[in-house]
Amino acid sequence: MSALILDKRQLAPEITWMEVVAPRIQKRWRAGQFIIIRPLEHSERIPLTIVGSNAERQSITMVIQAVGKTTREAVSLEPGDSLCDVVGPLGEPAEICAGERVLCMAGGVGVAELLPVARAYKEAGNTVVALCGARSDSYRILDAELRACCDEVHWATDDGSYGFHGNVVQLLLSLAGPGSFAEGHVIGPIPMMKAAAEATRGWGLKLHASLNPIMIDGTGMCGGCRVTVGGQVRFACVDGPCFDAHEVDFDEMARRNRAYRDLEQIALQHDCKLGLR
Amino acid sequence: MPAPPPKHKPNPKLPRQPLPLLDPERRRRTADEVALGYTAEQAQLEAQRCLQCQKPVCAEACPLHIDIKRFILRIVEGDFQGAHDVISEQSPFPGVCGRVCQHELFCESACVVGKRWDPVAIGSLERFAADHARLRMKELADSYPKPTGKKVALVGSGPASLIAAYDLVRLNYRVTVFEALHQLGGVMAYGIPNFRLPREILHEEIARLQNMGVEFVPDFIVGKTATIEDLFEEGYEAIFIGTGAGLPYLMGIPGENLIGVYTANEFLTRVNLMEAYKFPESPTPVRVGRHTVVVGGGNSAMDAARWAVRLGSDVTILYRRGRAELKARLEEIEHAEEEGVRFEFLAAPVALYGDENGYVREMECIRMELGEPDESGRRAPVPVPGSEFRIPAETVIAAIGQAPNPTLQKSTPQLVTRRGKIVINEWGETSIPKVFAGGDVVRGGSTVILAMKDGRAAARAIHEALSGAREAREEVKA
Ligand SMILES: Cc1cc2nc3c(=O)[nH]c(=O)nc-3n(C[C@H](O)[C@H](O)[C@H](O)COP(=O)(O)OP(=O)(O)OC[C@H]3O[C@@H](n4cnc5c(N)ncnc54)[C@H](O)[C@@H]3O)c2cc1C
Ligand SMILES: Cc1cc2nc3c(=O)[nH]c(=O)nc-3n(C[C@H](O)[C@H](O)[C@H](O)COP(=O)(O)OP(=O)(O)OC[C@H]3O[C@@H](n4cnc5c(N)ncnc54)[C@H](O)[C@@H]3O)c2cc1C
Ligand code: SF4
Ligand code: FES
Repeated sequence: MSALILDKRQLAPEITWMEVVAPRIQKRWRAGQFIIIRPLEHSERIPLTIVGSNAERQSITMVIQAVGKTTREAVSLEPGDSLCDVVGPLGEPAEICAGERVLCMAGGVGVAELLPVARAYKEAGNTVVALCGARSDSYRILDAELRACCDEVHWATDDGSYGFHGNVVQLLLSLAGPGSFAEGHVIGPIPMMKAAAEATRGWGLKLHASLNPIMIDGTGMCGGCRVTVGGQVRFACVDGPCFDAHEVDFDEMARRNRAYRDLEQIALQHDCKLGLR
Repeated sequence: MPAPPPKHKPNPKLPRQPLPLLDPERRRRTADEVALGYTAEQAQLEAQRCLQCQKPVCAEACPLHIDIKRFILRIVEGDFQGAHDVISEQSPFPGVCGRVCQHELFCESACVVGKRWDPVAIGSLERFAADHARLRMKELADSYPKPTGKKVALVGSGPASLIAAYDLVRLNYRVTVFEALHQLGGVMAYGIPNFRLPREILHEEIARLQNMGVEFVPDFIVGKTATIEDLFEEGYEAIFIGTGAGLPYLMGIPGENLIGVYTANEFLTRVNLMEAYKFPESPTPVRVGRHTVVVGGGNSAMDAARWAVRLGSDVTILYRRGRAELKARLEEIEHAEEEGVRFEFLAAPVALYGDENGYVREMECIRMELGEPDESGRRAPVPVPGSEFRIPAETVIAAIGQAPNPTLQKSTPQLVTRRGKIVINEWGETSIPKVFAGGDVVRGGSTVILAMKDGRAAARAIHEALSGAREAREEVKA
């Protein structure tokens, strides 16, 4: 169904927060689940994590990083406009343990996607340590929201303009080691999730990774989102999107996510020629 | 008073009128519809071949029991709109059925003329009546009183739900159809290609239901957006599950996750639903290399192969049995051959090999021979040891069948299923009272017309259950 946009905020360069009316999804969603949107009548279908919701306004919120054609179309819409299609909540909720010291790790726009999981961990009575990565200080997002639900929040920036100078996995290694955490959750670019999985192998840490393969229907119908986990083929849209990070074949997933890179460039250039942006 | 129409003199000895087709060379380069349809003259000639049998076995053989001889007589008389009206008594989908129904298995296989000559081309005549009505009578939207009866929810917008909606709304039920995707029609929207079923025709036949008062809610996944229990709480008094069989089987061979390896569902969804054939005017790309290998022998395999031809590829269909065992509609097999699709029979894929960037490049296959009959009654293919061979493949499409999508079942664990399929009783009812099911979710991959047959039966069962008529019938039986 179409969804009216209530509010929109720029969190960082190219990262937009958006609130839309979606009463049914607001009532049912759980941390870790996502929606599929089509911003305009003729847009592609793209998945986005549900970041939060507001019962009074019957709304859900999402955070969108404008990377290609469809995400740019989405963030070009204004309050008062509507997203053409929003369907959800999709996927299985994240597995949330109780009474543990948990690690929450994210990079880039993943920080937004991590927020509901961190909240759920906190509500279940865990001690939550968040490690977040950003390119530089101006790309840090949702810091206050995260601090409100975490016991500790640490930042790493690539250029050292805030917090730890380096990437978030280096930050992790500087702060923790085997036995530091019982469980954890990681969301971000594939190389970062892979590095986090490698770094924590043998730590006795159960690490969940929220995967972001290319999706079309999001209902288990096409098989396009398939990923290999522990040697088995799984459909991320219905079996996931969260899987055991230590079991995921990240290299295969990275390859599959690059499948249309050349064609995506053509799509963008085609738009430029038409003067759409 | 107009003069009475001339008395109809059947002439079954006339040759069956061939359905005019687009030239194969043109087809290879466009998404235009392959079959052009009869002219009025051809339709009337063909209609004259009908004997107007006393006991019309064709109508009996039609799962929807369309009054075939009566609509054919209207065509003989030149009353083409009348022909459409006769069909409408039973079916709102002559444009769809006239194109995708396996007539050779139903009405035409029963047709008496077929005992000595070619059967009457009932399918092409149905299609003619539909197209005629569509072009001439477009403005005349059906006007119906708004239904006021009890609320019924139909899950999925495939043919099973659509005909159930048609029957229920005519019985004054308030009908809502929930669909997971953004477009309506089920496989007819995402699977069956435009060149077999132009989208306007599907949309117009669905719009007709809308005009009759059926409410459609796309982007709504029952089991996710709301559960069966939620729908009952919201006042729906019966629910029909027509969620189809949309979960693709994978080949389970090494290399299956290389780039360029698709399930037929993904490939067809990209091309049909997301219109990848228009990329970059449309937003969704699809990757089609110089050589495409399609694995399978059903309708999905033919459809994927023929799209790949249109997208500029050399296409081979790899099938583990022989030509006689192909499960697709006969017409589509012939059309595929005309369009240059090559068939490699008695062969199966063993492994896929890619390049250093992860793109598929080659398929290793193995020869098969037909052994003893299996449980399906068909001779089972058996691999011939040592017969491996390789063929180039920059695109691979697995069209090897599908199972029901488990989403709704998962959210309703009390629903009894067997191998993923929903189990129903003699009333079409599932293990949950007032929840009915039909179509591919009950049968596994089947056909449009059998899904419609189930939808029609379910509508009757729902009416009986909600109006108390069923108890009455049960008493009679006892
Ligand atoms: C379950 C899930 C949840 C997600 N949640 C969010 C979110 O909350 N916020 C957000 O900004 N993004 C999220 N994503 C990623 C988002 O869906 C993609 O960025 C989007 O599909 C890109 O579309 P585009 O047309 O703008 O870019 P395109 O032109 O299609 O692609 C641009 C670049 O993004 C890559 N890409 C394409 N599709 C995906 C994909 N599905 N995931 C990752 N990279 C992709 C391409 O390889 C390319 O390099 C999520 C993805 C999944 C699967
Ligand atoms: C490529 C292809 C070509 C075919 N060609 C032919 C042909 O030429 N002739 C022929 O007779 N048959 C053909 N078939 C078979 C035919 O299409 C199917 O048998 C028929 O469509 C089944 O109808 P259905 O109503 O049971 O379900 P479907 O048509 O499968 O529709 C089910 C719908 O339910 C939706 N859905 C699923 N789960 C949910 C949920 N939880 N909530 C809401 N909605 C949901 C799905 O998105 C889908 O739209 C073909 C099949 C394929 C795949
Ligand atoms: S069986 Fe054949 S000849 Fe007889 S009424 Fe039907 S279509 Fe006409
Ligand atoms: S996106 Fe199609 S199966 Fe997951």
